[in-house]
Amino acid sequence: MNYETIIGLEVHVELKTNTKIFCGCKNDSKSEPNTNVCPVCMGHPGALPVLNREAVDLALRAATALNCTINQQSKFDRKNYFYPDSPKGYQISQFDKPIGEHGYIEIEVGGEKKRIGITRLHLEEDAGKSTHAPDGSHTLVDFNRTGVPLIEIVSEPDMRTPEEARLYLEALKSIMQYCDVSDCKMEEGSLRCDANVSLRPVGESKFGNKAELKNMNSFRNVQRGLEYEVERQTKVYNDGGDVAQETRRFDEATQTTISMRSKEEAHDYRYFPEPDLVDLAIDDAWLDRVRTTLPELPLAKRLRYEAQLGLPAYDAGVLTADPLVASYYEQVLATNVDAKAASNWVMSDVLGGLNNEGKSPAECPISPEHLGGLIAEVSSGKISSKQAREVFKTMWETGKSAKEIIKEQGMEQISDVSVLGPILDEVIANNEKSVADFKGGKDRAIAALVGQVMKATKGKANPALVNQLLIEKIQAL
Amino acid sequence: MKLHSVTEILTSIEKGETTALDWTKASLDAVRQVDSELEAFLTVDEDSALDRAAKAETGLLNGVPYALKDNICTEGVRTTAASRILENYIPPYSATVANKLQAAGGVLIGKTNLDEFAMGSTTETSAFKKTKNPYSKGCVPGGSSGGSAAAVAAGIVPFALGSDTGGSIRQPAAFCGVFGLKPTYGRVSRYGLIAFASSLDQIGPFTNTAQDAALVMNAICGHDAYDSTSAKVEAEDFTRDLDLGVKGLRIGIVRNLPEEGLNKALKQAVDEAIRKLEGAGAQVVDVELPHSQYAVATYYLIAPAEASSNLSRYDGVRFGRRAEASSMIDMFEQSRSQGFGMEVKRRIIIGTYALSSGYYDAYYKRAQQMRTLIRQDYEKAFEQCDVIIMPTTPTTAFPFGDKADDPLAMYLNDIYTIPANLAGIPGASVPCGFVDGLPVGFQVLAKPFAESTILRVSHAYEQLRDFSWPTPELGVAE
Repeated sequence: MNYETIIGLEVHVELKTNTKIFCGCKNDSKSEPNTNVCPVCMGHPGALPVLNREAVDLALRAATALNCTINQQSKFDRKNYFYPDSPKGYQISQFDKPIGEHGYIEIEVGGEKKRIGITRLHLEEDAGKSTHAPDGSHTLVDFNRTGVPLIEIVSEPDMRTPEEARLYLEALKSIMQYCDVSDCKMEEGSLRCDANVSLRPVGESKFGNKAELKNMNSFRNVQRGLEYEVERQTKVYNDGGDVAQETRRFDEATQTTISMRSKEEAHDYRYFPEPDLVDLAIDDAWLDRVRTTLPELPLAKRLRYEAQLGLPAYDAGVLTADPLVASYYEQVLATNVDAKAASNWVMSDVLGGLNNEGKSPAECPISPEHLGGLIAEVSSGKISSKQAREVFKTMWETGKSAKEIIKEQGMEQISDVSVLGPILDEVIANNEKSVADFKGGKDRAIAALVGQVMKATKGKANPALVNQLLIEKIQAL
Repeated sequence: MKLHSVTEILTSIEKGETTALDWTKASLDAVRQVDSELEAFLTVDEDSALDRAAKAETGLLNGVPYALKDNICTEGVRTTAASRILENYIPPYSATVANKLQAAGGVLIGKTNLDEFAMGSTTETSAFKKTKNPYSKGCVPGGSSGGSAAAVAAGIVPFALGSDTGGSIRQPAAFCGVFGLKPTYGRVSRYGLIAFASSLDQIGPFTNTAQDAALVMNAICGHDAYDSTSAKVEAEDFTRDLDLGVKGLRIGIVRNLPEEGLNKALKQAVDEAIRKLEGAGAQVVDVELPHSQYAVATYYLIAPAEASSNLSRYDGVRFGRRAEASSMIDMFEQSRSQGFGMEVKRRIIIGTYALSSGYYDAYYKRAQQMRTLIRQDYEKAFEQCDVIIMPTTPTTAFPFGDKADDPLAMYLNDIYTIPANLAGIPGASVPCGFVDGLPVGFQVLAKPFAESTILRVSHAYEQLRDFSWPTPELGVAE
């Protein structure tokens, strides 16, 4: 039987505020364990939460960027559960009145645009971090992360393939980075993804039992985990079984999913309105300020690159995925170089180099101005593109400008006819056979002569000019 | 030296007749003299008190000794909420009210006994000791702020703070013959008050007079950035209107007040007080509170629901009692099982049930709807009158153990005080007589932020009151 795959994602994004969501502690979970803590985030008796406006501001930016309807009147609720790293025994979250609802993200699948619905976006506090001793004898808890502001973004079950899920997640990350609300480092947990996946026979409207996948810490794992799960569930159905409603975890080592707990252990969170906080009112002025200060988002930027700069869709997509890359590219463009040439350099050389060294675009050793300078040297014919690659390598290592390197290494192309003239004459004189071949109609023979000139000038001669001068000289013989 | 009122102490120090140290020593002497029998204190901080009194300070309450209910956190001083689970808990921070009283120059003598986590009406559910009613050793002092009420009534301190979730200041004030004020919800910061039911809890003073309460209120009120629910209302001088009298003021008397179990002599004493105020020019009007019969039921869903959540932080992980156990879940269970007393467990179970999926709509949600109706009752009533007067309690203080095994009978003891917490309005209990040697109080209620009206009526009555005031059995001798 043919099955349709139904995927929905729940994504948690850590907001990069200065302080935690309900107290004045530094928002930095990477400090020495239990150093960024106070009575409020440790849940001490009598301590009360006070909402951090900056967290609301960032959540609003995210919700607006995701095309959500903003609930200008929202509230916080308690979600009750016991766990050692949940200091109060409940998490302050938003239940029936989230900040944002009914949004969407557009992705491109096989050249077709597809809209993935966003059910809700709400604010909540993070829990602490437990480290279990391998022998199970004890658990250590670090409360630095307790109270770090999170937004949870819940999608509609609109994705039909693991690839779509990955594309959605990539688009979501890109938008979050553009709004500057989060670092979105999946490997460090500032972007966390859970997926719900189920199958149903094609044509049926009822959903099958779903598995919830947790613990996927890279885009690749999200796709791999979902692919495995689709295969697994297909097999269960084909074998005449029924898929259990359960929570599973993706195991990186085996590239499979493993059952964590079944539905029978489901929690009763006993949500109720948080009595220690007043309702959250967002006035029009606040909302307007968020709307007007929101930057150009990745999709709009991509379309603009295609229309205004004439870049191919592929280039525009690569350059706009990460706002730091787009910003780098735009700074290169600002030096008045050709858009496509700049795109080629950024996409292949810069991104390739960063990728090899595991660096972020912010750490690029070549400044956009210097890259623009290099491109200008090529287009003005001062150096060949082959030389340019070497200059680029040196720029990467030294941080010097192209001009400096070209000068230091004496790389300027020889385009001076008075300098080239005698060399050409000598080459023509010493290569009678090639000259004769060319005269006899063998056009390709000219390449050998150009090669000789380049050799004689140690590669510095302007090849296009040499080519042109050689033809003129031979024809004049 | 017997401790008198806050006003007298301030005047005496101001005139240079006495010093802060004199009063602090007197207060500590009084503890030694009485508290072994009274058992109002859980912790007495003698060294800090003397140290503090020795330092010259300026402030609204300069040199005045006081006590705090032991559910108000004090940095470095053990704070237990009268629970085994916090038996050795020393808070790393102080409640806003504790900071404010310290800034005003007050001298903290110690921490007073209460029902465990403020859950009770007798102070019998304290895990540590049973505070006695100063007027009859065999009777309860009321609760949950029984220790604070008894400490003021016995003359150990001129004022003490308590907390009131369903009557926990007003009821013990009535039982112990002192003045007790529950301010408007949000008037006084709850930061540092160990939560029972967050949407109902409010800190307030026990004093000998309304004037003293006004002085204490001046020191503890105000918006607090650490408590989001604290009201952004301008600070006022609560002593300003004290002497305005009651001429022309409208006193609301509730028609159809549930009178089942209401002691006749007690009712007479309250009626007599109203007549005195009428004689002084107040006008009596009838008002209706149609939903008040549902107040107790409503309260006993909302308060335990919030409590069940508020108390989940006591899990043995970060502070307080931790039981030895082989697994994490066992550790949670054993810590809580050993640390909490019966009444606390009862309310956690009721609250957990009321919030659980499948019952939320039937219980918690309905209770919230009823709460709105009760609040609206008061809004309507206060269109017709300035204050409402009724008995604080149906009976005088009762003997220990009398209702300890009958929680429902116990809960009904708060029938007149609970609605004010549900409505968020202020209320006070004013001593107005004695029945069989035990104190009786009447309750004055007003609309939100009208504490000054309550204090004005109470003060006016205090000038008119003429019954004979028996000496407490357990009190500081003259």
